Amino acid sequence: MRTAGQVEPGRSPWSRWRGAAMAVAAFVLLVVLWELVKLVVPADGVSVGGVRVLPRTSDAAMPHVWTVLGTLFDPEVAGAAQQRSVGAAVLSGALFTLRLSLGGLLLGGVLGVLLALLMQRSGLLERALLPYIVASQTVPLIAIAPLVAGWGGKIAVFGQPWQPWASVMVIAAYLAFFPIAVGMLRGLTSPRAEDVELFRALACGWWTTLIRLRLPASVPFLIPAARLGAAAAVIGAIVAEISTGTRGGVGRLIIEYAQAATGDPSRMYTAILGAAVLGLVAAGAVGLLDLALRRYQAVAR
Amino acid sequence: MTPDTAAPVELVGLDKTFAASGGGAVHALSGIELRLAPGEFVSLIGPSGCGKSTLLRVVADLEQPSSGTVLVGGKSPRQARLEQDYGIAFQQAGLLEWRTVAENVELPLHVHGVAKAERRARAAELLEMVGLADFAAHRPSQLSGGMQQRVAIARSLATRPKLLLMDEPFGALDEMTRERMQAELLRIADETGAAVLFVTHSIPEAVVLSDRVVVMSPRPGRITDVVKGRRPRGAATTGGRGVDGARPEDAVDDVRESADFFTAVTEVREALRKGSQ
Repeated sequence: MRTAGQVEPGRSPWSRWRGAAMAVAAFVLLVVLWELVKLVVPADGVSVGGVRVLPRTSDAAMPHVWTVLGTLFDPEVAGAAQQRSVGAAVLSGALFTLRLSLGGLLLGGVLGVLLALLMQRSGLLERALLPYIVASQTVPLIAIAPLVAGWGGKIAVFGQPWQPWASVMVIAAYLAFFPIAVGMLRGLTSPRAEDVELFRALACGWWTTLIRLRLPASVPFLIPAARLGAAAAVIGAIVAEISTGTRGGVGRLIIEYAQAATGDPSRMYTAILGAAVLGLVAAGAVGLLDLALRRYQAVAR
Repeated sequence: MTPDTAAPVELVGLDKTFAASGGGAVHALSGIELRLAPGEFVSLIGPSGCGKSTLLRVVADLEQPSSGTVLVGGKSPRQARLEQDYGIAFQQAGLLEWRTVAENVELPLHVHGVAKAERRARAAELLEMVGLADFAAHRPSQLSGGMQQRVAIARSLATRPKLLLMDEPFGALDEMTRERMQAELLRIADETGAAVLFVTHSIPEAVVLSDRVVVMSPRPGRITDVVKGRRPRGAATTGGRGVDGARPEDAVDDVRESADFFTAVTEVREALRKGSQ
């Protein structure tokens, strides 16, 4: 039933709760599956004709979920004077990397949107820029990271010397800008020819058409692009931390804990858990943007 | 001639040629002579490719003429467009989904910086006129096709233009809705006193709406004939509502059922046939 004054309903609180409940259920299912594999598959895995088709499930290869969670409360360095638990170390590393990821996402988002605007404005620029934008993503990150760190060491921004974390943020931005530039360009060019013509008939210039037509129309394209960008920024930040040797983040922890994995395998999983939670929080940040711009993605035509 | 008394549309020796792919040229319009009087309703009818939409687009400054003179209210089409002297509606309503119905009607005022209170008042007035006052806060997708097209017409009237350009605005509607919309449009044209240049495929539609039906033929697009339309005028379309139970639809239905109407339809049909030979 339509009634006067009714506004676009959006999502009801109930459906949002259900979404959260589903996410928790999926996590529980994953834990159950993990333990089930451990229970059913022999400790040495399953081999067919000398080729192992199912992984080893010994405590060294697949620690129990509760062992991993328990490790969070272990002291990071046994017998050290200043005690810090593994959980606290992972949390602080995840926060460090989260800040750099979100910074990279913001930087990459601004760059991506600017590039998309340039390409929308001029077909010549689009043809000139787009191949390089695509090519930028085929260069291995491992090759770029030391380069960025090297260049960064030679410059100072606003009189401040270049910090190692700045390299990490730039590399995160380098990965994040790509989906945003491509998605935003699609969004900016998504209005139908009739809509663009209407704005011309209304004597609107490029700027007014951008603000009142192209930007609102690009929101349904921007949100999924920003989601991809957020995931890329997190991966970029972690890999950049590892390949530039930056301390303090979850990337460094993964390396450190992996090296200690023979002694304490569950420790590496705590770092991986930290990285996963980090990715969820970054995706959540995009979810906030999604909520704020819900009006602009009401209905597909 | 001052702009106040100038013809809403004046076309003299209008030619339009498109560069075709492969190096050739398509002669879309040839030697078009047409003059609309203030408040006059003129339909352009003809087979696909006769250039009727192109003609409308030249008047709207969405296409440039190749040669000839085009005056819109005594001004160049570009100046008329920049000064918002005409309102325009297309076959697709083209409403923006992120705006409410009222905000869509306000769009022409909004993009030119009219104050919010004034925009609101004007939108309310226009939605009242097209009978959608109760739907101001709805989203376009919550409306039927006919209602969406009424919103588009309300939007085209926002700047109180003396000229309405309409490119098959009812082409995507079912026959019943279409007939009701024709009556609505006649009432609105009478109330606002706007001249209308109306592109259509439908012979009965052209006859019932128009003061004059301009018959066109393709290759090159040219005017082959002009037939007198059977537009019902004045009180017949506006005054009846509520007084003796007569509605604007009734006046238009009377025209549709008259023998005179069929005479005009036949006349247009024969003109179309002659033009395409």
